[in-house]
Amino acid sequence: MIGTIIVALFIIVAIAAPFLAPHDPTAVDARAILAAPSSEHWLGTDNLGRDILSRLIHGARWTLGTAFLASALIVTIGVTVGLVAGYVGGLLDDILMRVVDILLAFPSLVLALAIVGMLGPSLMNVMLGMVAVWWVDYARVIRGLTVGMREREFVTAARCAGAPAPRIIARHLLPNVVPSVIVLATLELGSLMLAISALSFLGLGAQPPTPEWGTMLNDGRAFFQRAPQLMIYPGLAITLAVIGSNLVGDGLRDVLDPRMKR
Amino acid sequence: MARYLLRRLLYLLPVWLGISFVAFALSNLTPGDPARLMLQRQLARQPTAEEVAQARLDLGLDAPFAVRYVRWLGDAVTGDLGESYRTGEPVLTALITRFPITLQIAVLGVLGALAIALPLGMLAAVWRNSPVDHVSRVLALLGASMPNYWVAYLLILLFAVQLRVLPVAGRGTWQHMVLPSVTLGLAASASLMRLTRSEMLEALGQDFVRTGRAKGLRPATVVVGHALRNAMIPVVTVAGLRFAGLLGGAVIVETIFAWPGIGKFVVDSIFDRDYPVIQGFVVFMGSVFLLINLAVDLSYAWLDPRVRLGGS
Repeated sequence: MIGTIIVALFIIVAIAAPFLAPHDPTAVDARAILAAPSSEHWLGTDNLGRDILSRLIHGARWTLGTAFLASALIVTIGVTVGLVAGYVGGLLDDILMRVVDILLAFPSLVLALAIVGMLGPSLMNVMLGMVAVWWVDYARVIRGLTVGMREREFVTAARCAGAPAPRIIARHLLPNVVPSVIVLATLELGSLMLAISALSFLGLGAQPPTPEWGTMLNDGRAFFQRAPQLMIYPGLAITLAVIGSNLVGDGLRDVLDPRMKR
Repeated sequence: MARYLLRRLLYLLPVWLGISFVAFALSNLTPGDPARLMLQRQLARQPTAEEVAQARLDLGLDAPFAVRYVRWLGDAVTGDLGESYRTGEPVLTALITRFPITLQIAVLGVLGALAIALPLGMLAAVWRNSPVDHVSRVLALLGASMPNYWVAYLLILLFAVQLRVLPVAGRGTWQHMVLPSVTLGLAASASLMRLTRSEMLEALGQDFVRTGRAKGLRPATVVVGHALRNAMIPVVTVAGLRFAGLLGGAVIVETIFAWPGIGKFVVDSIFDRDYPVIQGFVVFMGSVFLLINLAVDLSYAWLDPRVRLGGS
């Protein structure tokens, strides 16, 4: 419940950012550099005199938007591979699962780091790096569920009725894995946000002056002793967003997929 | 045991080949021509078209992808991962000399995680649904939700800047190790704490705990000496598995606390477009993880004969 409210608030802020933000997030003000909070700048300003609150509000678009988009791509690829490998089986299954094994041999950050390193720092490349690494978890879970369903009566019935494999996968198997996918995707959205902002924090993701939260933290590093607000608020924003999505994920798991409850 | 070891090693071979292939294929993602890039560095000017063509020939870049992969693989198995564009040192040497620092950070992280998770998880189980339990639940949620690089700066602000009891960054004394290990340990401790709690709850319901209580042992002896010892087995296993992830996650802590480990080296290499280092990092870390997984499997086999005899 609390989680839903938090997530809903963040989404509203992200959508309505241009109307909510009191200032332009990239407008430089030489008269107000590292200013303390005031009635004009509620959370103070950064080293270039930019309004921190406005940057945070616009940052919701970048940080959440990237995480949602990456999540959508990850789910699409992972679920497709999982369903196909699980239903078709045989050599195709073997090949796909060996690929999954190899990708799982790395901790996710190592490979994502290397992909971003080769492509060059940018938020787009961070997203590609995350997608390239994270789909494997879904592929493995969904393949497991699909293998379990392959011999069930409703699938056999569909096959006997002459349904082609793509139709069985899309119409009969997919709807059965949707609850698990939703739970998994919400539970992982938080970690995804943390990973994306971590790479931005290392300077590999969104580039200045983009008000992405991880990038804001990276910008604030040089000034954090003099002006801690530069680091405290963006970190707080990330933490709240992650807490929200973790709580929603836990709630959804209890409702949709009690088997996953540990 | 020897046969089991052999079987495991044979299984690792294709996975390692896959890792090497991923590392090699990654280098083909780089925007621009590697030969031109190398010449630009060496000559410090724009190379002519003939120079680029000659360099491509010298580097063997004209060969098809598969041929280049096999050549590269031949070098890689003999420990030749190329040279760093930036420092000129062999990539493998550069990674190996920096690895102990990363290893130290990961060990500190695991120890930090256990130091937080074991006592809190234990107390949360003993006093179930008490304030301690609720606090541990909130801590677990926070630990899993806070970006660890942000936590690092909050800790620096509090302990190094305000209280001045710990150094801001660097390494050398034990004081330098406290903040990195807490930073890394906090995130890893969240799930370990919940695991300790649930394992403790199960252990506390066992017969040997009742026996211990019945024969008049002190409650602390029963809880710590009997229940916790049994609950620790799965917790330590998971902590061991987390260790591999912490090696990869050390990048951030190395950057913040200025520890010259592998992660910091790679991030610097990324900004410098030092591709051989990035490629070598993938092969090196991939190999390290395979060895860690092998070690974990072997320790199970050593502890439990059913594992090593099963399936043979």
